[in-house]
Amino acid sequence: MTALLEVDNLHVAYGGIQALRGVSFAVEEGQVITLIGANGAGKTTTLRAISGLVKPTQGNVRFAGKSLLGVAPHRIVARGLSHAPEGRGIFANLSVEENLDIGAYLRTDKAGIAKDREHALTLFPRLRERLQQNAGTLSGGEQQMLAIARALLARPRLLLLDEPSLGLAPQIVALIFQIVKQIAKEGTTILLVEQNAHMALKVADVGHVLEVGTLVKTGPASELAADDAIRKAYLGVH
Amino acid sequence: MTKFVQLLLQTLTLGSLYALIALGYTLVYGILRFINFAHSDVVTFGAWVAFAIAGALGWAGTGSPVFAMPVVMILAMAASAALGFTIERLAYRPLRKAPRLNVLITAIGVSLLLQNAGQLHALFGKDPVKMPRLLSEAPLFKVASVQVPWVDVALVVLTVALVIGLQWLVFRTKLGQAMRAVSWSEQTAALMGVPVDKVVSITFMIGSALAAAGGVLYGLKYRQLNQTADALWMLLGLKAFVAAVVGGIGNVRGAVLGAVLIAFIEVFGAGYVSSKLPDLFVFGVLIVMLLFRPAGLLGTATVEKV
Repeated sequence: MTALLEVDNLHVAYGGIQALRGVSFAVEEGQVITLIGANGAGKTTTLRAISGLVKPTQGNVRFAGKSLLGVAPHRIVARGLSHAPEGRGIFANLSVEENLDIGAYLRTDKAGIAKDREHALTLFPRLRERLQQNAGTLSGGEQQMLAIARALLARPRLLLLDEPSLGLAPQIVALIFQIVKQIAKEGTTILLVEQNAHMALKVADVGHVLEVGTLVKTGPASELAADDAIRKAYLGVH
Repeated sequence: MTKFVQLLLQTLTLGSLYALIALGYTLVYGILRFINFAHSDVVTFGAWVAFAIAGALGWAGTGSPVFAMPVVMILAMAASAALGFTIERLAYRPLRKAPRLNVLITAIGVSLLLQNAGQLHALFGKDPVKMPRLLSEAPLFKVASVQVPWVDVALVVLTVALVIGLQWLVFRTKLGQAMRAVSWSEQTAALMGVPVDKVVSITFMIGSALAAAGGVLYGLKYRQLNQTADALWMLLGLKAFVAAVVGGIGNVRGAVLGAVLIAFIEVFGAGYVSSKLPDLFVFGVLIVMLLFRPAGLLGTATVEKV
């Protein structure tokens, strides 16, 4: 059986700067995979290359056996890959409800959308209270919830989450990770990028450590969490 | 009283004209954050192409059938939509990721190209023409001894209908939702499955069709069509642009409000203050607005997000 997502020898350069230098990993259906690493290690770039926002200079990305190279971002979504971008990227000029609608942009099954919307609002009850509100007026945590809920409305087979903990208070981070865990349990495969290695390794099955554009370590999340070098570098344990 | 009603009527018709043109500026700015300086040339094209279509259909003289005006209007709008689509596809799309200045210079280039190509003999030629009367000359009704001709009523009614239609499209349809999403962030919209290029193309086509409606109505009202590089066209476009900025560029309702305000100042300034200075009043309002409320009447000041 081939993996749901295969990233093979991915190279990305911005101008003359090499952001990724040969990253390879695979995501099996049903898994939660996390990419951890410091700021600037290339985590976000990896996700952007997968969802078609940046063109790799070398290497390949295959989703469900088919190459995503040269496929426009909106067509990648249609194949079942949904990306909740870093910095939340909600449409601040649209209402919460409209943001959710846009998440289901490519779908035409009205009943299915209604059901998924209901489910997303059950996962994030705070959004239900704010449906008519302009999304720009939400708190940071609520915006992150909206970004995840919106990505779920595409009914993805694979969900890419970019730094969901960024800039949020610890209680909110805990709440969001609890929901991420729940989403995974319901059968959505997740590729999670995080600086917060502690939280990420708690929910993930497998972790990869990214340093200056290269994967330096890979293993079951629980082993990485117990690894001395990683504990020192990313978990703040001395 | 008669003078006042007359000026009010002029304000309404001129405001409608500015509104139709201003909407094109505002739609394109709203979605791509760039001023399409070739927009006024699409207005000119719309007027001239309507003239050509009316001639080709044999409606150049008097006594054309009642459906002549709608047919010419729709064909001119379609032709201009095609022109807008082509301009975006060939000139602006390749520069989507380039610095704003490059696109701006390209827009000026496109504008010069259209102005000069329009004078080619094979296109519209160098001499002014008279737009045929496609609407009855007879006044439709009278208000306070001021006769209101068909063309004025058509101008206002059509503009109101198009603005309502546009408002509905932008705020009540899936396409409008996608337009607003692209306006906030092209990349995020693409991540949600929105076909960004297609949405941008459609936006250009809508803006250009509205510009053509403005051009055709201008022709029907004022009759004389000057050659495509005439400064009169540029001034018309420029005032509509001022209207869009004063109303708050990027905002549909703002463009309409700005258009009526600019027309009011121009018409009443000329009527009661000095008939020589209407342009001074218009651009004076722009300067005052930029000084005290740079985002425009209905525009929201952009806040840098963290």
